[in-house]
Amino acid sequence: MAEGETQSPGPKKCGPYISSVTSRTVNLMIRGVVLFFIGVFLALVLNLLQIQRNVTLFPPDVIASIFSSAWWVPPCCGTASAVIGLLYPCIDRHLGEPHKFKREWSSVMRCVAVFVGINHASAKVDFDNNIQLSLTLAALSIGLWWTFDRSRSGFGLGIGIAFLATLITQLLVYNGVYQYTSPDFLYVRSWLPCIFFAGGITMGNIGRQLAMILLEVKVISRRVYQHQIVLSLNLEEYIQLKSSHGTPRSSGNVCSTKL
Amino acid sequence: MTLTERLREKISQAFYNHGLFCASYPIPIILFTGLCILACCYPLLKLPLPGTGPVEFTTPVKDYSPPPVASDHKPEEPNEQPEWYVGAPVAYIQQIFVKSSVSPWHKNLLAVDVFRSPLSRAFQLVEEIRNHVLRDSSGTRSLEEVCLQVTDLLPGLRKLRNLLPEHGCLLLSPGNFWQNDREHFHADPDIIGTIHQHEPKTLQTSATLKDLLFGVPGKYSGVSLYTRKRLVSYTITLVFQHYDARFLGSLRARLMLLHPSPNCSLRAESLVHVHFKEEIGIAELIPLVTTYIILFAYIYFSTRKIDMVKSKWGLALAAVVTVLSSLLMSVGLCTLFGLTPTLNGGEIFPYLVVVIGLENVLVLTKSVVSTPVDLEVKLRIAQGLSNESWSIMKNMATELGIILIGYFTLVPAIQEFCLFAVVGLVSDFFLQMLFFTTVLSIDIRRMELADLNKRLPPEACLPPAKPAGRPARFERQLAVRPSTPHTITLQPSSFRNLRLPKRLRVVYFLARTRLAQRLIMAGTVVWIGILVYTDPAGLRTYLTAQVTEQSPLGEGALASMPVPSGVLPASHPDPAFSIFPPGASKLPENQTLPGELPEPGAPAEGIHDSPAPEVTWGTEDEELWRKLSFRHWPTLFSYYNITLAKRYISLLPVIPVTLRLNPREALEGRHPQDGRSAWPPPRPGQGGLWEAGPKGPGTAQAHRDITLYKVAALGLASGIVLVLLLLCLYRVLCPRNYGQPGSGPGRRRRGELPCDDYGYAPPETEIVPLVLRGHLMDIECLASDGMLLVSCCLAGHVCVWDAQTGDCLTRIPHLGRQRQDSGVGSVLEAQESWERLSDGGKGGPEEPGDSPPLRHRPRGPPPTSLFGDQPDLTCLIDTNFSAQPQLLEPAQPEPRYRAGCRRAQASPGYDFSHLVQRLYQEEGMAPVHTPALRPPSPGPTLPQAPEDEGGFPPEKGSPSLAWAPSADGSIWSLELQGSLIVVGRSSGRLEVGRGDVCAGGLWALLARRCSQPLGLQVWDAIEGTLRCSSEEVSSGITALVFLDKRIVAARLNGSLDFFSLETHTALSPLQFRGAPGRGSSPTSPMYSSSDAVACHLTHTVPCAHQKPITALKAAAGRLVTGSQDHTLRVYRLEDSCCLFTLQGHSGAITTVYIDQTMVLASGGQDGAICLWDVLTGSRVSHMFAHRGDVTSLTCTTSCVISSGLDDLISIWDRSTGIRLYSIQQVGMLGATGFSVF
Repeated sequence: MAEGETQSPGPKKCGPYISSVTSRTVNLMIRGVVLFFIGVFLALVLNLLQIQRNVTLFPPDVIASIFSSAWWVPPCCGTASAVIGLLYPCIDRHLGEPHKFKREWSSVMRCVAVFVGINHASAKVDFDNNIQLSLTLAALSIGLWWTFDRSRSGFGLGIGIAFLATLITQLLVYNGVYQYTSPDFLYVRSWLPCIFFAGGITMGNIGRQLAMILLEVKVISRRVYQHQIVLSLNLEEYIQLKSSHGTPRSSGNVCSTKL
Repeated sequence: MTLTERLREKISQAFYNHGLFCASYPIPIILFTGLCILACCYPLLKLPLPGTGPVEFTTPVKDYSPPPVASDHKPEEPNEQPEWYVGAPVAYIQQIFVKSSVSPWHKNLLAVDVFRSPLSRAFQLVEEIRNHVLRDSSGTRSLEEVCLQVTDLLPGLRKLRNLLPEHGCLLLSPGNFWQNDREHFHADPDIIGTIHQHEPKTLQTSATLKDLLFGVPGKYSGVSLYTRKRLVSYTITLVFQHYDARFLGSLRARLMLLHPSPNCSLRAESLVHVHFKEEIGIAELIPLVTTYIILFAYIYFSTRKIDMVKSKWGLALAAVVTVLSSLLMSVGLCTLFGLTPTLNGGEIFPYLVVVIGLENVLVLTKSVVSTPVDLEVKLRIAQGLSNESWSIMKNMATELGIILIGYFTLVPAIQEFCLFAVVGLVSDFFLQMLFFTTVLSIDIRRMELADLNKRLPPEACLPPAKPAGRPARFERQLAVRPSTPHTITLQPSSFRNLRLPKRLRVVYFLARTRLAQRLIMAGTVVWIGILVYTDPAGLRTYLTAQVTEQSPLGEGALASMPVPSGVLPASHPDPAFSIFPPGASKLPENQTLPGELPEPGAPAEGIHDSPAPEVTWGTEDEELWRKLSFRHWPTLFSYYNITLAKRYISLLPVIPVTLRLNPREALEGRHPQDGRSAWPPPRPGQGGLWEAGPKGPGTAQAHRDITLYKVAALGLASGIVLVLLLLCLYRVLCPRNYGQPGSGPGRRRRGELPCDDYGYAPPETEIVPLVLRGHLMDIECLASDGMLLVSCCLAGHVCVWDAQTGDCLTRIPHLGRQRQDSGVGSVLEAQESWERLSDGGKGGPEEPGDSPPLRHRPRGPPPTSLFGDQPDLTCLIDTNFSAQPQLLEPAQPEPRYRAGCRRAQASPGYDFSHLVQRLYQEEGMAPVHTPALRPPSPGPTLPQAPEDEGGFPPEKGSPSLAWAPSADGSIWSLELQGSLIVVGRSSGRLEVGRGDVCAGGLWALLARRCSQPLGLQVWDAIEGTLRCSSEEVSSGITALVFLDKRIVAARLNGSLDFFSLETHTALSPLQFRGAPGRGSSPTSPMYSSSDAVACHLTHTVPCAHQKPITALKAAAGRLVTGSQDHTLRVYRLEDSCCLFTLQGHSGAITTVYIDQTMVLASGGQDGAICLWDVLTGSRVSHMFAHRGDVTSLTCTTSCVISSGLDDLISIWDRSTGIRLYSIQQVGMLGATGFSVF
């Protein structure tokens, strides 16, 4: 849906901005870059939240030196979020069911806020035991999905992302690339998938919104182009009306045949 | 009907009724809601105010035992004990306060002696304390057992390693500066340097090492070369882990015994517990700020969707107020029912807002604004509410369900959050239903009122009713100007609300509401409030003290800030609580009389001695730790990685120790270098100065300088940032590429997106200048009445255009010359007559009924001008018409269509002359070729198109020639009113013509042309022309005014002629011949084509000006003339009486403006613009506008707009005469005129 209509007779006379947006690769690139930076930013912020809890995945020397420790983590998160954010609209398109539920920026912002809130809760709230923590987080994540997504594809993709990401993290931990500062292995494992799931849903939401916006720009540009045609047709009709004086409808044929 | 449907209907009905109710009584409901909010927020007053300052609690020393750890204290107790007072404190802090002085002071003593030997006693004291062992029945107990054992310092503090104790008791004394080694101390030549070596060089925000070790604020320590009072005080700070009353008692007794303080009045009976709040570090701040940014983005994106209301901002504010006050209500209600919030309010607030959400509010707004506009406001509100009732209820039920699920997670924090959220949701619903709905109804009502005010009665725009019987000729509505000739009402387009660019709208909004000033004002108020609140002597201290109702909190943000006793509650019994130690309190007496005190040199000892030995102890010494920075203890503990956040410490009553040293001891303790240094003993005369700078002068000075530099640098940086910000704002708001297309379409498009959500597409308001093509030479004159535009070129053509569509309605080819040189004339004239004829031929079939063959056709314009103004689309037209000629032919039998497409048809060579011929044959008008009238070159706008002229009959050749009398001369002035055109010629002729409108609404025909040469009216109705007059004045008409049946002509010789125009309704179009009847009075300014027009010369002012009149304007019963003789004259229109002669220009007058409001502006060749008061004839203002002639001038209610030969268009403020804008035109447009509607 998003990129599918790009091949239709493109606007010929549109400005450089529109044409750059409408070009498919540039479109993808813009979205990717935006998603990447959102991912990096969220990774940094949430890492800070986790540092406060001392359950961070990365050994923090000093709190201020978050940028020095594990420098590769934010870029990885950014890349992952870019991939996820591009994957969601793509899958929507392939499944042929465009996501229509709450497609507004305010809803996206709400979703991001809830995601940060889930992280916040996992970092700040004292839970009695890990089961409780993981159950709560799971419920919150599902609630996030139900509130902002409600699409089967989103759910499936979120589950897949959570599974994959947890697997990768565990592999990294086993291989000793990094280790949890908290020795509570189960504890970390329990909250990781939920956070990943919620993050996948959130990034997918953002990605869909971005795709929709760029699509709208495209549609508008095409609409502008069509508007030009209509204008000229109107003018034609007008001239004919003027000349023929009284048979304006006949020009409708002209329009239709021309179109 | 299922249960759901029934429920739904019920809900909908209830909402409908509620909406009606809300819209009916808006004000009482809003008041009621406000009262509810206030009532619910009332319990909030009891909550402690947020802040990170420490809180105190005092317990008596007697029978003290640490509070129990468990939180099982009785519920009735909270009034006495704060919540944090549970469990043992982090540490007990015992300060041993040493006051020491050298007495009697000897004159030979140096300034160093003031503190050197007192400080050396610290080592001895520390020694005594360390060795103190309590021996009693239960055994021995040493300090090591009860003190707080500390481990390593934090890794980042390696430079403090040998200054602070490690791996042992936390015992601090000034001796730590010298590693508690007396030898080090004695070997140190520069004690002050050692003490200050770790002082920060910047602004002092937290506790410094000196403060930590001395335990008293720096300025009370007395360790300074220039101190006046020679009293050194410091503390030895002991930190205990356990409270051992007996050990402490024995320590106190021993120290008091060893170093008795004779006049000590310290009561030492209370234990102060200080609780420290959580401090927010940068790491916690970043997520917090992020959540707030997300929250604001959410609010922004949500409220942006509010549309189609009167005041977007007002509604957005109402929405935000709804959510916020619902949160406040929720907290207030929860507090009321005994639930005390434990969560950090600032942290959970964004999430609460997000959970509660603004969605319902937006849904409500959207639903209400999408109801039919023509309904009553009440009904609209009610309908909108009931439409969305079901979804609102459903959403709310869902959210409540989700939150309730959260409540059962059994995690206390989440439970509390959910509780707040539930109460918040309910109160939000309450507020939505009452507050927001009412605000919305008010807004909708305002919008309707505004609409009503804007909407003109539709009849006002329509021309008066036409006489029946000729409706077909008046389909085109002409502008009516009943009394105000220069206001034009464009009926359809004036209601088209132009969509300005968003940034301009923002700027307009800012300008309209003066938001910036108000924001600054509000900011100032808030800032002052914050200052008052955070000021240590201010509100916060008072409030906190009030709220906690416990021991006073004397601590300010900075220890150095004195706390006035007035705001402190009554814990200090001494009302004259002094900020100075007792020694200092006596100083003022000494200081105020420095000059009066004789300085007798050697015997001055007694005088000098007086302050020093008076070591007194007062109640304020008990509380000296209060003057330390409130970060003192957290800093100390944080060095050992112990946080005090959310914990408390207990401060034991200080142990006073008084040390008296005699001069001999002081001399013994001297370092060999002390004597050599050039420090003089303190002089009393400089006491004031020393008090001002109690620290060493060098360091203090340096600190102050550095601070000054920092402040200056900060100020500079913020100034630069401000300038850059303003620059960016300017760039954003005023980009230079205004006119460039394609620069910002994306942004604008995106800005319009919300409209599309409502299925409402804003009208396109791309302004494309209409190019009116058709004139062959330069345009000479232009006149417009808003609906029609008449132009005239140097060649003598007069074209009448439709001002809105740009169609050429009529072309009057060269009014004068046909007769002389028809046939053999120039190409132009031949063309013109051809056009005239072809038009006449085309006009024929249109009204076959009322046009007998012999009737002279009005000369309409050739439709070719249509194509002249839309040159870009020729390709489309071409393609269209050439591709399907056969198809269109049967559908369009009218030859006019063919003629209209003549140019298009020309290139493919389609010859349709036979069509025309056939038509003419049908009409019974045989096409007769008149070679004299055949244009040698074809169409005027497309000369290359070969034209077969055979089809165009010059059947009316002779009459067409008839109406062009011998009068020649180019057109010098032109006026238009209604459908009448007045033309003034260089030959002195005045011609009144009619640009008329035919039934099709598309053609304007110059049906009648009457021309009055100077009063001798000769009227040839049929011909529509005028006869020559014998009294013709040969002076050309330089300017014309046509106003309400009056025509004023200004002539080259400076004379003015006043004509009055009379129209007479004719009985039939054919009865125009002869003199018009005098009796009939014209009533309407709409000169219908069948009216005869008569023109009388009423007045003549023979010598109005000495030189030619160049400018002429009339309005409001006044006529203003401007002449080359540098003067303006104001005449009364009725009797042509000269009222004023206005002098002020230093050049010829080039342009004059006057309007209904008696505003007179004039511009001259001197480039000046003068504004005059027409009532008094005085000059109001004078502006040097242009470097060259002022070519054109017009005024609005607030501005004057002028253009000059220097290619500038300038816009001036009318009242002040300040130039607001000037627009540089690109081309040489200097001589053009314009008008503003």
